[in-house]
Amino acid sequence: MKILVPVKRVIDYNVKPRVKSDGSGVDLANVKMSMNPFDEISVEEAIRLKEGGKAEEIVAVSIGPAKAQETLRTALAMGADRAILVETDHDVEPLAVAKILKAIVDEEQPGLVILGKQAIDDDSNQTGQMLAALLGWGQGTFANTVEVGDGSVEVKREIDGGLQTVRLNLPAIVTTDLRLNEPRYASLPNIMKAKSKPLDQKTPGDYGVDTAPRLSTSNVSEPPKREAGEILEDVDALVTKLKNMGVA
Amino acid sequence: MKTLVWVEHDNQHVADATLATVTAASQLGEVHLLVAGSGCGGVADEAAKIEGVGKVHVADDAAYEHHLAENVAPLIADLMGHHDAFVAPATTTGKNVAPRVAALLDVMQISDILSVEDGDKCFTRPIYAGNAIATVTSSDEKLVITVRGTAFDKAAADGGSAEIEAVSGPGDAGLSSFVSEDIKASDRPELTSAKVIVSGGRALGSAEKFEEFITPLADKLGAGIGASRAAVDAGYVPNDYQVGQTGKIVAPELYIAIGISGAIQHLAGMKDSKTIVAINKDEDAPIFQVADYGLVADLFNVVPELTEKL
Ligand SMILES: Cc1cc2nc3c(=O)[nH]c(=O)nc-3n(C[C@H](O)[C@H](O)[C@H](O)COP(=O)(O)OP(=O)(O)OC[C@H]3O[C@@H](n4cnc5c(N)ncnc54)[C@H](O)[C@@H]3O)c2cc1C
Ligand SMILES: Nc1ncnc2c1ncn2[C@@H]1O[C@H](COP(=O)(O)O)[C@@H](O)[C@H]1O
Repeated sequence: MKILVPVKRVIDYNVKPRVKSDGSGVDLANVKMSMNPFDEISVEEAIRLKEGGKAEEIVAVSIGPAKAQETLRTALAMGADRAILVETDHDVEPLAVAKILKAIVDEEQPGLVILGKQAIDDDSNQTGQMLAALLGWGQGTFANTVEVGDGSVEVKREIDGGLQTVRLNLPAIVTTDLRLNEPRYASLPNIMKAKSKPLDQKTPGDYGVDTAPRLSTSNVSEPPKREAGEILEDVDALVTKLKNMGVA
Repeated sequence: MKTLVWVEHDNQHVADATLATVTAASQLGEVHLLVAGSGCGGVADEAAKIEGVGKVHVADDAAYEHHLAENVAPLIADLMGHHDAFVAPATTTGKNVAPRVAALLDVMQISDILSVEDGDKCFTRPIYAGNAIATVTSSDEKLVITVRGTAFDKAAADGGSAEIEAVSGPGDAGLSSFVSEDIKASDRPELTSAKVIVSGGRALGSAEKFEEFITPLADKLGAGIGASRAAVDAGYVPNDYQVGQTGKIVAPELYIAIGISGAIQHLAGMKDSKTIVAINKDEDAPIFQVADYGLVADLFNVVPELTEKL
């Protein structure tokens, strides 16, 4: 089985995003960018399935600017076998990403596509579910555990209230949650090796996908600021405050 | 605009998350509800009483019992022939189902809306863990929307008397099946509707300590219990206790963060709480920048004292 892993280049999760003063967006100039953390979990899961003999090949895909090559190299250094960059300088919305991924799935015929549950920049939480719909496949979203069987996959999902297990026919879509695994760091030798792994370059046009956005953003603003309050002396002071609030 | 709202339920009762979603939908136009489930007639009766609802569609079929997206999305896509917007709460069910509907309709979903703005199809939504708020306008003919529950008042659960209409859909898509569920029943208020939340972080150190120090305080306050990702990852509490960008979004009257540093991903889930109290031994912890009241102290000393004095 082949596994396809879409990885997005996003602002590093340790960086506090700054809104541009003209309301046009978030300032990404000279900001550290990394692989979306959920996508690291996806790559790790694919590697573990390969190591466990459930998969033969891992193909990483990214849709984004030329610099998304770095993100793909990271995936290759972790253990993906080859990569596809679909290069565009425009922001591509989840629906269009899903359409491009569908075209790649039609070509590559993977048994499993593992995506992150959410990109930490747009916070959309859509792409995997959309891809599943376009392909007519089952979807195991917010995965906590993935067990690949014969012709099917069992996914334990993190849901409000607890955990739910579903069984999906293969091929299928999985989206990863935080507890699925702990991604490995790429070792130096593997980073060197990744440089010679194949990386195909494509454009959205190669897949005949129209990436014109459906949503237009007229303004991006900062949320209302909270001011730091009072540091209290001791527990008694806090008790008084809580009693005054009427909660205790 | 005619809206179709996803009713969140467990085949027994309407879940609270539905009510804020109804409020958001009513700002767009006429509100119709969809109750998809199995043996869910009682839910439909409850749903029909929600104020402001025009009609309740009930799809009662074993295939819809567990709200598998593969089965319910085609049903919703069919019903969207007669509606202009599908509106779901941003719960794990809503997040699972709505994008599948959107793709079937060839629509770009608007996730997690905070407000409905004047003008046609215009909304605000948080991006970058709520560090920025985007105002977006859709050019799609139909809309698919998920709603952040804390951003809208709840519609009244009583007072309406909507007509109930049975509908049927394609049923089992044959792609997926339900295996099992592990849902812990609890008497505690649900996080997303709790008035008070006591939340614990990595500093608690173990599941036992979490139970020993956080639970009695929560009991005293009749509070829901939350946690940081670090506390969940370490196994102190179950995954659905996680508050934050990628967990639950909460906005109680009072949020007490104990041994939580205040990473942006955590703040994203709780900084709209009315009053925030932080207990942390590091006076430089970022949580104090959003806290109304802070106590710089060792939690193992002050939390028992606080519990006792309340
Ligand atoms: C993709 C992604 C998504 C994430 N999503 C979320 C999310 O949804 N929610 C979330 O919470 N996090 C999330 N995180 C994790 C987040 O970045 C932080 O790592 C996490 O919130 C830290 O948890 P913490 O504050 O409990 O632990 P720490 O940061 O380790 O803080 C522990 C705090 O306890 C204090 N302390 C220690 N001992 C004591 C004591 N005895 N008494 C009092 N104080 C003490 C310390 O001073 C410290 O401030 C996410 C991260 C990523 C990468
Ligand atoms: N531009 C992209 N390139 C590759 N993968 C993407 C891209 N956008 C989204 N994805 C995948 O879809 C997941 C969910 O993203 P989103 O729906 O935007 O929250 C991500 O974790 C990625 O796995």
